Amino acid sequence: MFANPFGLSGRRRALKALAVQPILAAVLALSGQSATAQQTIQIAYIDPLSGGGASIGEHGLKHFRYIADQLNAQGGALGRKFEVVPYDGKTNPQESIVQAQKAIDRGIRILTQGNGSSVAAALSDFVAKHNARNPGKEVIYLNYAAVDPSLTNEKCNWSHFRWDADSDTKMAALTNFIKDRQAVKRVYLINQDYSFGQSVRTQAVAMLQQKRPDIQIVGNELHPLLKINDFAPYIAKIRASGADSVITGNWGQDFALLLKAAADAGLKVDWYTYYAGGAGGPTAIKQTGLSDRVFAIVEGHANIAHPPAQAVETDFRPRTGQAVWYPRAFNQMYMLSEAIKAAGDVDAKKIAQRLEGMRITTHNGGIGYMRADNHQFIQDMYIASFGPLPAGAKFDEEGTGWGWKTLGRVEGKDTELPTTCKMSRPY
Amino acid sequence: MLELVVFSTLNGVLYGMLLFMLASGLTLIFSMMGVLNFAHASFYMLGAYFGFELARQFDFWVGLVAAPLIVGTAGALIERFGLRVVHRHGHVAELLFTFGLAFVIEELVQMVWGKLPVDYRVPQQLDFVAFNLFGTTYPAYKVFMLVIAIGMFLCLMLVLTRTRIGLIIQAALTHPQMTAMLGHNVPGVFMLVFGGGSALAALAGAIAGPALVTQPSMAALLGPILFVVVVLGGLGSLAGAFVASLLIGLVQTFAVAVNLSLADLPGMAQLSPAAGTLIGDLWRVTVAQVAPVIPYLLLVLVLILRPTGLMGNRET
Repeated sequence: MFANPFGLSGRRRALKALAVQPILAAVLALSGQSATAQQTIQIAYIDPLSGGGASIGEHGLKHFRYIADQLNAQGGALGRKFEVVPYDGKTNPQESIVQAQKAIDRGIRILTQGNGSSVAAALSDFVAKHNARNPGKEVIYLNYAAVDPSLTNEKCNWSHFRWDADSDTKMAALTNFIKDRQAVKRVYLINQDYSFGQSVRTQAVAMLQQKRPDIQIVGNELHPLLKINDFAPYIAKIRASGADSVITGNWGQDFALLLKAAADAGLKVDWYTYYAGGAGGPTAIKQTGLSDRVFAIVEGHANIAHPPAQAVETDFRPRTGQAVWYPRAFNQMYMLSEAIKAAGDVDAKKIAQRLEGMRITTHNGGIGYMRADNHQFIQDMYIASFGPLPAGAKFDEEGTGWGWKTLGRVEGKDTELPTTCKMSRPY
Repeated sequence: MLELVVFSTLNGVLYGMLLFMLASGLTLIFSMMGVLNFAHASFYMLGAYFGFELARQFDFWVGLVAAPLIVGTAGALIERFGLRVVHRHGHVAELLFTFGLAFVIEELVQMVWGKLPVDYRVPQQLDFVAFNLFGTTYPAYKVFMLVIAIGMFLCLMLVLTRTRIGLIIQAALTHPQMTAMLGHNVPGVFMLVFGGGSALAALAGAIAGPALVTQPSMAALLGPILFVVVVLGGLGSLAGAFVASLLIGLVQTFAVAVNLSLADLPGMAQLSPAAGTLIGDLWRVTVAQVAPVIPYLLLVLVLILRPTGLMGNRET
């Protein structure tokens, strides 16, 4: 009785083996399928897809999906298609690291993230440690929007590359612009209470002091990041301070709601911003009725007359229902694709090596290059103003009838700042 | 300065009244059933979303009336077929039930309406400037919110003090066992209070939705502060909840306006540690920066110094 531990006669075992065969075949077919899925070049998009940052996180995702489609239509790279895999980082450093680990466990070797310098610092650190501990499984981190200067200075590492100009560069351009505007006398600073917001306010104070010592800083506010529902108390305070201009690095809902509250209170001041064009921003500006009094420092906008960019804008809008807001995402993905082609392999170290020093014509037609010493992308920057569309401009924002126009341009090479970055490279 | 005080008061009272619409239901449920209803803010969120959906399909005013009714009914059903069943297993089970319910509601909302904020707009009839003071405008919709909140407060007071059901609720608040012994249908009252509390929360959501942001995280943003209000006001005390709501509303709004830090106190200039050090930086943190923490600080202090809360007479 114990001779046959399976309790099956030889014939029944054979039958069972036959029955197993189709399942085996199905499993094989499945694994074959996943093998083709493996052949896409996957990029993990780790950004807020819920919570206060969701609106801009979704907007960014649309960009990356659109660009991947574009690159795939041109044949992808190395005969493989690009695929963007979204992960919800919830604008939270811990959560984003968990998501990054999930992506890495799935075999993804290219990460991209942008919203929140606190998240970026954690991710950059995480990726650096991962790479040190897992030779042969290195990961590259492409940062398209987190602008804390430390990421390309003391906290730099070989696996981090940034496509947005850093916060100091942007503030330098904004304050240069303010320098010549004699009407600016009393400035109020309001920023989000985390690394980026703090860096904006420190730099604003320092640079204004240097360029326009006559300007009085009448308020210097920090508020919780993406947690405020109603900015009315802050607007009341700005109003009471008698400010004629506000400088803010606020993004996402923190910008849209700030302007919404300003519209409700009828606050009439000039706004010098980093991210006025983000989702919800233009609608809120239109509500305030402040025509050509909201300025933003950007690497491009919809009405820059560069034909390829205009063609993309025309195609992008009906497909996504939104405007192009991250020209740098185009620069980033284009360069990634070129680097992969040149390296002949999707290997983080080889990609990093090719990205260093790479020169391209940017999405908006200027010259752009990736600095080799600190992995900061250098590109032309624009001071743009929001108001009724000027003659010849084609694109408004969020159906407001108002759009962006260029007031000033800073050459890429003039935005290069010295760096303290000392990078060790495994390649 | 005066304009800052006036507008901070207006904003603070408005926020306080909004908190009270939620806290009144929560404190009633808390003191009657002994359940800290973690899902209370979720009913507020449901109110905002139902209001939005009905405004989209029909009209803002339809949403304003129907959303609280729908959510109130849902709340009563949840009490009858959920909470009452769980009640047999004690308070911990009830607590966990409402805790889970909050997550379920949030996920459902995300599944139906997505993770992005929805475009819940102020109705056109109310989209104008109510008055202009010191050159600052005040939107009519905020006045409307204030009127609704005060109206609701008066109705609630009348119901609780002038009607038979109100008297039974009051009795059940302080002496639940005795009320049941006297033959009143206490489970029925529980269901009514739970449903009513949910409806009030939903009404708050329906009017707050267009002014604030209607998004899946709105419940989580408001939830913790409600517990502060309930504990601060005192368990089962509606008057306490009212005072605490206004207090929190005003404290939070005024704290934002205050730029003082420890270093600014008179005579502190010499004592101040150097900037850049940890203590030096803490020394220079302004009241405005810690504004979001102040309510929780109050919560801790009240629990230590006066566990019954400002106006409560039962230990929390």
